[in-house]
Amino acid sequence: MIYFDNASTTKVNEDVMKSVIASMKSDFANPSSLHSLGFEVEKKIEKARKIIASSIKANFEEIFFTSGGTEANNTAILGVASAYKKRGNKVITTVIEHPSVSDSFNELEKRGFEVIRLKVDEKGYIDLKELESSIDESTILVSIMYVNNEFGSIQEIEKIYKIIKNKNKDCIFHTDCVQAFCKHKINSNFADIITLSGHKIQALKGVGAMYIKKGIRVNNLHFGGGQEKGFRPGTENTFGIISMGVACQKFMDKIDENYNKVLEVKKALLKITEEIEGVFVNGDVEFGSPYILNLSFENVKGEVLLHALENEEIYVATGSACSSRAKERKKIVDYLVDGRGANNIRFSFSYENCVDEAEKVVNALKKAVPMLRRFVPR
Amino acid sequence: MRNVLLVKYGEIAMRGKNRYLIENKLIWTIIKRLEKYSGYKVYKEQGRLLVVNEEGEFDYETVIPIVTKILGVVAVCPGVEFEDQSIESLRKHALAHFKEQYPDGNVSFKVVARRSDKRYPMTSNEIGADVGGYILHNMENLKVDVHNPDVTLMVELRNNAYVYSKLIKAYGGLPYGSSGKATVLLSGGIDSPVAAFLMAKRGVEIEAIYFDSPPYTSERAKQKVLDIAEKIAEYTGALKLYVVPFTDVQLKIYENTPPEKMTILLKRAMLKTAQKVAENNKSMGLVTGDSIGQVASQTMEAIRAIDSAAQMPVFRPLCAMDKQEIVDVSVKIGTYDISIRPYEDCCTVFVAKHPETKPKKSIIEAIEKKIDGLDELIDLSIENVKIYEF
Repeated sequence: MIYFDNASTTKVNEDVMKSVIASMKSDFANPSSLHSLGFEVEKKIEKARKIIASSIKANFEEIFFTSGGTEANNTAILGVASAYKKRGNKVITTVIEHPSVSDSFNELEKRGFEVIRLKVDEKGYIDLKELESSIDESTILVSIMYVNNEFGSIQEIEKIYKIIKNKNKDCIFHTDCVQAFCKHKINSNFADIITLSGHKIQALKGVGAMYIKKGIRVNNLHFGGGQEKGFRPGTENTFGIISMGVACQKFMDKIDENYNKVLEVKKALLKITEEIEGVFVNGDVEFGSPYILNLSFENVKGEVLLHALENEEIYVATGSACSSRAKERKKIVDYLVDGRGANNIRFSFSYENCVDEAEKVVNALKKAVPMLRRFVPR
Repeated sequence: MRNVLLVKYGEIAMRGKNRYLIENKLIWTIIKRLEKYSGYKVYKEQGRLLVVNEEGEFDYETVIPIVTKILGVVAVCPGVEFEDQSIESLRKHALAHFKEQYPDGNVSFKVVARRSDKRYPMTSNEIGADVGGYILHNMENLKVDVHNPDVTLMVELRNNAYVYSKLIKAYGGLPYGSSGKATVLLSGGIDSPVAAFLMAKRGVEIEAIYFDSPPYTSERAKQKVLDIAEKIAEYTGALKLYVVPFTDVQLKIYENTPPEKMTILLKRAMLKTAQKVAENNKSMGLVTGDSIGQVASQTMEAIRAIDSAAQMPVFRPLCAMDKQEIVDVSVKIGTYDISIRPYEDCCTVFVAKHPETKPKKSIIEAIEKKIDGLDELIDLSIENVKIYEF
C-alpha cells in the first residue's frame, strides 16, 4: 500500500499509540476533579500545552484545545467578529481557504458583514498590494491560510502580518496553520490567532488547538463548566490532547530532516511531468510545500484516476477530502487556472514515505493515464 | 379478552382456488417476520388475519411497522378480541377501548357494527346505536357525528367479537412471491428502486442486478446500491443482488460506437446481460426504471431500439409516472435518501453531451452486430459476477 493522502489525515504514530494506551489505563480521571487523580491528568494536559506552545514560539497560556481544526477556524472567525463588531463591519479572507474558514465567512456575510475574498495568481499567492488596499479603518479581521491544503502554496505570513498592522493596528490576523503545523516553522509573533490540528501529524482525530495572542478577545461559542479558562468548556479530550503533545514533540525534533525527506519524494514524483504529456503542476512547483503536490492530468477525470490508482493500492485525493462531498462548490484549484479542478489529483506526503514509493506511483500513472485517456467524454 | 392486530388484505379474497395458497403465503410471511419476537401467532378469521401474542404483552410499536411493510397487507387495526358476544359485553369492551384510546373525550365519533351471524338478536344498526349511546352516556365531552366523525369505532362479530378504532394503511398489493419472478436492473438512482418495489408489490419475487464500472464508478456508488437492496429487502424479506463488472463491455462499446448512440447500445448490452442472469435464476422477465421521455434514452423510439435486445418481457412499471410521483414513492419506501447521495452511479465519461433522442432500431442493431467480441465480453462479465444476499 502506498499512502499519499497525508494532508487528509495521517496514520497514528506508534509512539503516540503507546502513550495513549498507557494513558487510557491510568489517566481516566476528570482533569477538573479536585482530587489528586484529576490533578495528575491535568498536569499531562499542561505538558502537552507547553510542547505545542513552544512549537510555535508561543506562551502556553495562549494555547486553547478544541475538537479540531474546523472548530478552531469557526471559533476564530465567528468569535472575533462578534467580539469586535462595534469597531467595524469589514472582514477579509481569500478564495483558497479550507471550507471551515470560507463557510464561516459565508455565515458572517449572512449576518451582515462585508466580506472581501482575495483572489490568487496562477501559483496560488495573494496579491499583497491588493491586501493592503483592501484594509481600512473598519476592517476587524483578516484570515489567510499559511500552507494551502490542496496545492501547498505558502503565503508570506510575516509580510502579511506587517502590512495589516501598519495599515490598521487593531485589525486581527488569523491564520489557518493546519497543513503547516510541525511541517513548516510557525512563528506566533506574526499572527494574532492560529489554528492547529492533531490528526495531520499522526495524533488522534478529534483534537486541535488555537493560539490566541494575549490581549486578543475571541468570544467563545460554547458554554459550560469553565474548562480552558471558560473559553472552550467541556470535559477535556484527555487522550487526544496527550496524543497531540507527543506527536508534536516527535515531529518538531525532526522537522528539518522530515522536510528534506518529503522534498525528495516530491521531486521523484514530479518526474511524471516529463514522462507523459499533458500533466500540469497546480501551485508553485519551486517554492510550494514539499508535503503537497497537486497535478492536473489533461483529459482524465480526477476521481476516475483516483479509483484507477486505488486498484494498485495507491491512495490519493482529488482536491481536499472535506470538499469532495460538496459537489456544488467550485474546486479550489480552478481559482489558479480555470478548468484544472476537474482533472486534479493531490498527492500529499509523510516523512514515512520514500522515493521508491514515488517511483512506483510514477509507473502506475504511466500505465493508468494513457489507458484512461482512450476514453474521454465526448 | 386479549389485544390483537387485525390484518386486512385486499385482492386475495377474489382469487378463487388459489386463495388458500396465497393466504397461507401471507400468513407465513407474517410469522417469519415476527419470528425473533416471542409469542406471536397468526390465525385466519373470516377473510382477515389475526395476529396475537400468546405469551405476553402485545407490543404494537414493534409489530405494526413490521406488518405494514409486508406486501399484500392493505391495512392493520390494533384492537381487542373477546368471546362473549352479548350486548352487555359489547358495550363494556367498546367503552373500555374508547376510554383507553381517547381518555380526554373531545372527539366526534360513531359506532359501526358488523355481524357475520345473521341470527344475532339485533341488527348491525341497532348494535351500533346501542353501543354508541352507551359510550356517549358514560364519557364526557363526546359528540356524535355519523357523517364525518373523528373516530369510527368498529364492533365486529365473527367467531369472536372485536373492537377497534384505528386503521393503519399498508401498501396493499399481493403477497410477495405469489406472482412469479423477475430480475430488476438496479442503479443507484431514484427510479429503479421504485420499479423494484412496485413489481414486488404486485407479488413478483425479485432479484436485482447492478453494473459496476470501476474505476469509472466508485466503491461508494456500489455501496449505495447495496444499501438500496437492503432497504428493498425490508419489504421483500430477502433480496439477491448480482454485481456484474461491466467496465470492459462499456469500453468495447465506447470504441466502436458514435457518441450519440453510445447509451442505447450500452443499455442493450445491459439487457442482454441481465437476461442471461435472469434465465439462470428462472426469472420470467426483466424490470427497469424507465419513465417515458425522462431522458434521451427513455423516449419511445429509444425504448423500442433498446427492447429488441431482450427475448423476454421487459417490465417498466414507472413508464407512465411523472418524476415527482416516482420521487414521492421513493420517499415513502425510504430509498430516496440513499439514492440522492452525491456519488455518481453511471460515469459521465460514457454519457454523450448530445445523445440521440430518436435512434433507429435497424441502425442500432447494425452497429451492434459489427462490434467484434461483445457477446464474449458479456459472458465474461457474468462469469465474474459477485452475489450479495440481503
